[in-house]
Amino acid sequence: MSKKRITMTKKIAYVYLPLFLLMLFLLFPFYWTFVTSIKPENELYGPVVTYFPKHSTFTAYVKLFTQFDFSKSIINSFIVAFSTTIVSLIVSLLAAYSFSRYDFKGRKFLMIMFLTNNMFPTVLLLIPLYTIMRSLGILYTPLALVLAYTTFTIPFSIWLLNGYLNDLPQSLEEAALIDGANRFQAFIKIIFPILVPSLVATGVYIFMTSWNEYTFAVMFTNVDNRTIPVALKSLIGQLGVQWDLLTAGGIITIIPVCFMFFFAQKKLVEGLTAGAEKG
Amino acid sequence: MQRKKFNLAPYLLVSPALLIVVAVVFIPVAKAIMMSFQNYDLRRPSSIGFIGLENFTNIFHDPLFWDAFVRTLIWVGAGVGFQFLFGFILAILLNQDFKGRGVVRAVSLIPWCTPGVLIGLMWRWIYDGNYGVLNDILLKLHLIDEKIPFLAQQSTAFPSVIVTIIWQGIPFFALMLLAGLQGVSMELYEAADVDGASKIQKLFSITIPSIRNTIFVTLLLRIIWVANSVDLIFNMTEGGPAYSTQTLSIYIFNKGSVLNMGYASAMSLILTLLLSIVAIPYLMNKFKEEHR
Repeated sequence: MSKKRITMTKKIAYVYLPLFLLMLFLLFPFYWTFVTSIKPENELYGPVVTYFPKHSTFTAYVKLFTQFDFSKSIINSFIVAFSTTIVSLIVSLLAAYSFSRYDFKGRKFLMIMFLTNNMFPTVLLLIPLYTIMRSLGILYTPLALVLAYTTFTIPFSIWLLNGYLNDLPQSLEEAALIDGANRFQAFIKIIFPILVPSLVATGVYIFMTSWNEYTFAVMFTNVDNRTIPVALKSLIGQLGVQWDLLTAGGIITIIPVCFMFFFAQKKLVEGLTAGAEKG
Repeated sequence: MQRKKFNLAPYLLVSPALLIVVAVVFIPVAKAIMMSFQNYDLRRPSSIGFIGLENFTNIFHDPLFWDAFVRTLIWVGAGVGFQFLFGFILAILLNQDFKGRGVVRAVSLIPWCTPGVLIGLMWRWIYDGNYGVLNDILLKLHLIDEKIPFLAQQSTAFPSVIVTIIWQGIPFFALMLLAGLQGVSMELYEAADVDGASKIQKLFSITIPSIRNTIFVTLLLRIIWVANSVDLIFNMTEGGPAYSTQTLSIYIFNKGSVLNMGYASAMSLILTLLLSIVAIPYLMNKFKEEHR
């Protein structure tokens, strides 16, 4: 009995307490963001800080859509993130399949080259891309952002998908090939169905990074086609920050992507750590 | 994989990705290299021209560059270091058996899926000198006597942004390392228990060596991401006050924003070289690994 109590105390000290503190640190900012978004203005900038709103209101959410045309930014973000996801997934899957299933001259060189691309700083590409897109006349179009985002989504997706594909044994398709199917049929019938969860996870990750990206977006968009991160920043005006609107916009922004991410994260982490422990 | 006669298929499959990457990465990098040798200021397009190494010599004599350089080392060192430490602790905790583990695991990753802009702005509100909740908490705990304008004064701005980047990176480390921990064979621990090893001994002689490669990949990715991060600092302080939070990425971004592209390109090439020092061991390792 007393031994049980000691292990329980130990568990509280070594597991629950540190866990509680870490989670408090990680989650409090979100609680605070939400609370800020539903506080009326006089409470927000009042003399006392309230930890739970005395009066709650959703006017900030309404104002965001009626006065600031937030829905337009949501649509812009969706178009860019969705296009980036589709383009990146298709070309990366083809390349990853090639790396995983064929042996060819230059394979290693190309793989290392794609991997190296992951290392390039955003700011290195930002500046030349800006001048190139300006002279091509595609600056301030969704295409400019989609192209800019493929600079990091394609190398990253090839890396991930190659890991997933390498985990699938070659013998899977070989049986189909012996039965007279060609490589394409073998891929569609056998590999693709198994690969769907990995493709979804990769797609969610691409969508999320494109949805959240700011550095390219602030340089490559104008008022008409700005994405959510840029729109959020624009709520900081000359007269100070409209914190209620900003936090309301923030809450709306993170809900869809975090929801998707919850389901994809396990598979994603699997892909990121694939092969890491083989060496 | 048997080698047969020349097969075009693998090249065709790689070509779309390759074409895009050449267009959006290689041509721009070549352009950046060219611009770095030019006086390329878009505000004065008539004076654009080749100036040799002048940008680089100017950078060398630019005290703001050296400040930003040192600050980047601190930013990455302290930022990634503490992310790793707290992420590892969280991973070990999440690897224990307790009620509600699934829920805790799921919500703990929210910072990972939150846009950098929002993180920056959220924390800017928390740190606010007038209405900020952090000041209120510290006052109530009697840790401070008067409100601190965390992001508005030089002495506190940089530590404050570092705390924010640490906060952002904990979930990534926690989930990656947790995946590694779950792959460690229980038999190793059981054998150590028989030998009477302590928890700390087990951590350093079993856990860490077993997940060495995961630690390596995770650290590398994170170092590169943190070094490149612009959105977070930019939305908290824009590099100020008085440049006290200006890292290299922020300095380059600020130079690019005022359209001084030549100078910004030259600095971004230097940043790339610095990052490649970190990345090359990893790439060499991968290169060897590909000898399957």
